[in-house]
Amino acid sequence: MDVMQIIGTGLTAALGPVGAFYALAAMGLNIHYGYTGLLNFGQVAFMMVGGYGMAISVAIFELPFLVGVLIGLAAAAVLALILGIPTLRLRADYLAITTIAAGEILRLLINSSPATQFTGGPFGLPSQVSDNRRFTTTFLEWNPIPAGDYGFSTIKFNATSLWLLVVLWLLVALTAWAIHAIMRSPWGRVIKSIREDEDAARSLGKNVFVYKMQSLVMGGLLGGLAGIGMSLTLSNANPVNFLPQVTFFAFTIMILGGAATVTGPVAGSIAFWFLVAGLDQAIRDAGMLPSGTEGAFRLAFVGLGLMLLIVFRPQGILGNKQELMLNG
Amino acid sequence: MGALTALLAVVLTALLGLSGASASPPEPGDPSVMTLAQQAEAFKGTLRDRGADNAPLPGVTILVTTLDGELVGTAVSDDDGNWLVPVPGPGTYLIELDDSTLPEGVLLANPDRRVNELAVQAGNERTVLFAVGSGPGGGSTQASGTLSRLASATFAGLLFGLIIAMTAIGLSLIFGTTGLVNFAHGELVSIGAIGAWWLNSPNHLGGKLSIIPAAIIAIAATAGLGAGLEKGLWKPLRARHVGLVQMLVVSIGLSLGARALLQVIFGGGRAQYFDYALQGTVTLGPLTTGWRDISILAISIATLVGVAVMLQGTRIGKAMRAVADNRDLAESSGIDVDRVVLVVWVVGGGLAGLGGILFGLDQAVSNDMGFRLLLLMFAGIILGGLGTAYGAMLGALVVGLVTEWSTVLGASPDIKVVWALLVMIIILLVRPQGILGQRERFG
Repeated sequence: MDVMQIIGTGLTAALGPVGAFYALAAMGLNIHYGYTGLLNFGQVAFMMVGGYGMAISVAIFELPFLVGVLIGLAAAAVLALILGIPTLRLRADYLAITTIAAGEILRLLINSSPATQFTGGPFGLPSQVSDNRRFTTTFLEWNPIPAGDYGFSTIKFNATSLWLLVVLWLLVALTAWAIHAIMRSPWGRVIKSIREDEDAARSLGKNVFVYKMQSLVMGGLLGGLAGIGMSLTLSNANPVNFLPQVTFFAFTIMILGGAATVTGPVAGSIAFWFLVAGLDQAIRDAGMLPSGTEGAFRLAFVGLGLMLLIVFRPQGILGNKQELMLNG
Repeated sequence: MGALTALLAVVLTALLGLSGASASPPEPGDPSVMTLAQQAEAFKGTLRDRGADNAPLPGVTILVTTLDGELVGTAVSDDDGNWLVPVPGPGTYLIELDDSTLPEGVLLANPDRRVNELAVQAGNERTVLFAVGSGPGGGSTQASGTLSRLASATFAGLLFGLIIAMTAIGLSLIFGTTGLVNFAHGELVSIGAIGAWWLNSPNHLGGKLSIIPAAIIAIAATAGLGAGLEKGLWKPLRARHVGLVQMLVVSIGLSLGARALLQVIFGGGRAQYFDYALQGTVTLGPLTTGWRDISILAISIATLVGVAVMLQGTRIGKAMRAVADNRDLAESSGIDVDRVVLVVWVVGGGLAGLGGILFGLDQAVSNDMGFRLLLLMFAGIILGGLGTAYGAMLGALVVGLVTEWSTVLGASPDIKVVWALLVMIIILLVRPQGILGQRERFG
């Protein structure tokens, strides 16, 4: 077992594009759950419409890349409205069930044969649409970094990964600044008061439904952005990238880092992917498990970690337990 | 451009291998690994009625899934009986014939071969044979096609609905009595099904246990597991004053972890029960079905009637309904709430185990079968009214029927589950308390 190799693998995942787009997804979830108290267990649905919105616009309808990004984000906002209208007036657990169902509905629809001409079905985009352009082309043409390997010791990125991680981490920094500003504003205080006591906020004349909806849309937009980042990173949009556990990973990241903090999801994503990817590598090195079960072991590890965290340290690494008595 | 594409392929493979966002282990058939290859793997075949001079059979649905149960594609046989389902890459897939789409009187010669596990090599189109033919008494193939399809879809929907109902009662009563939205309920279903499969399998106990004793042991195990979860996990958490939302998150972690452990133990594939004790077919009016399905239907109905009698007639059943209705009032009138909750977990766990075994008999056993059923359970419970037992039964039946009827109305069979979930969302819009639920003032 090579410790340097394990640490290198962990850091490559944590600091690379994967850590960055999961940080974006978890920051969106943090607006929902950490700040507003909305139980969104379908963040993957927002990622899916974001990623596919961009990929379909560019690969099938041959729109410019930036227009595709805007369409992906718009699709995420529309999804938030569709999910929010029936559920935000109800108790918190209805939103949990509906969002998790929405993620599966969308994945099944994207995977289904009637949708294949637009989504590529189980083949994903853009692999099957051979004579169309790939949705990654423009983004990669913008890459100013000359080809080659960058990094030191066991941490290595090629030019494409480096370009992705620079752009995505810049977006993370920008988002963190925006969340910091918005949560200090009067709007942010109303949002947090809804989390603490919805009836109190309502009795002060605040339209709780509208505020919750705005929060849902905002976090959904970040989910959409994360989905676009994921599709660019994997250079394909495929239903298997959007399984329900993606949401659970993002949720664990948010709890691990500290919900209702600006930098919690970012620290959480780095720590989470360092642990998970490092552990994967350690298990592979040690050859402890039959091949093919490492993925399952990772899920078991995340599941157990999520349970222990939420019971014993619900405030995560950076959170404030006093602020976070989330009892729905 | 070519160099860039190659580079991208390297990045892609590295990301999927090292840190990938997709958590499923890379398999030969994993579509995400195959993005750049332009190959043409497919399964194909021709369906002919052996009982009627090999006349082609149009309109029959074939489904292809991965071993993980992810649907890859479907095809409907054309006028010449030909069908073709392209797959994303070489590997092993399950090819399934949807026997509810066969014309009336036409049956699979060997019902065990309804689902075939077959591998396809790179660049190959593999032919799959399904032996089908008009059985005795068949013959009038075209006479009442729609009626027959409606009848078999209704039957399949009832069967599916009853299975969902059985598993959903526990989930609904647990919510009613403790307020916990238990996302790990689906894993009790999987454990029941896998437990019975393991005990029944000749590879483990030499096939000494037939399916019925195996099922009884598995049901007892899930009932005990339900009690263990209540005693060892949920009751201590309630004692620690862990909030309901936090407990919901705990149940999600538990579900994720348990499902992954089941994948390590059972594998990611699907399996059928070894005992198919009940074979043969029956024709009832426009409906042709197997004894196996009739037995599943009978067991489900008997169980649900039994549960209703218990809830209606026995002291503990009345206590369960009382606690679900108003926990504080029940407690102050002298009901031992902790004991009632424990019994709810035992009954709910046992019903989930039985439901899992029947679901496995009807379709296939897999590590995520319960998770896939969970969303439909929630749909049924929300339809019927959160926290009630009868609402869960009614809602689950609606979910089962909607799922199967959608295919008769011409919807693609690979999205039939979507309709049930859409019905759930519509009900939330117009009648959030569900069909039988008490109206509550929300926000």
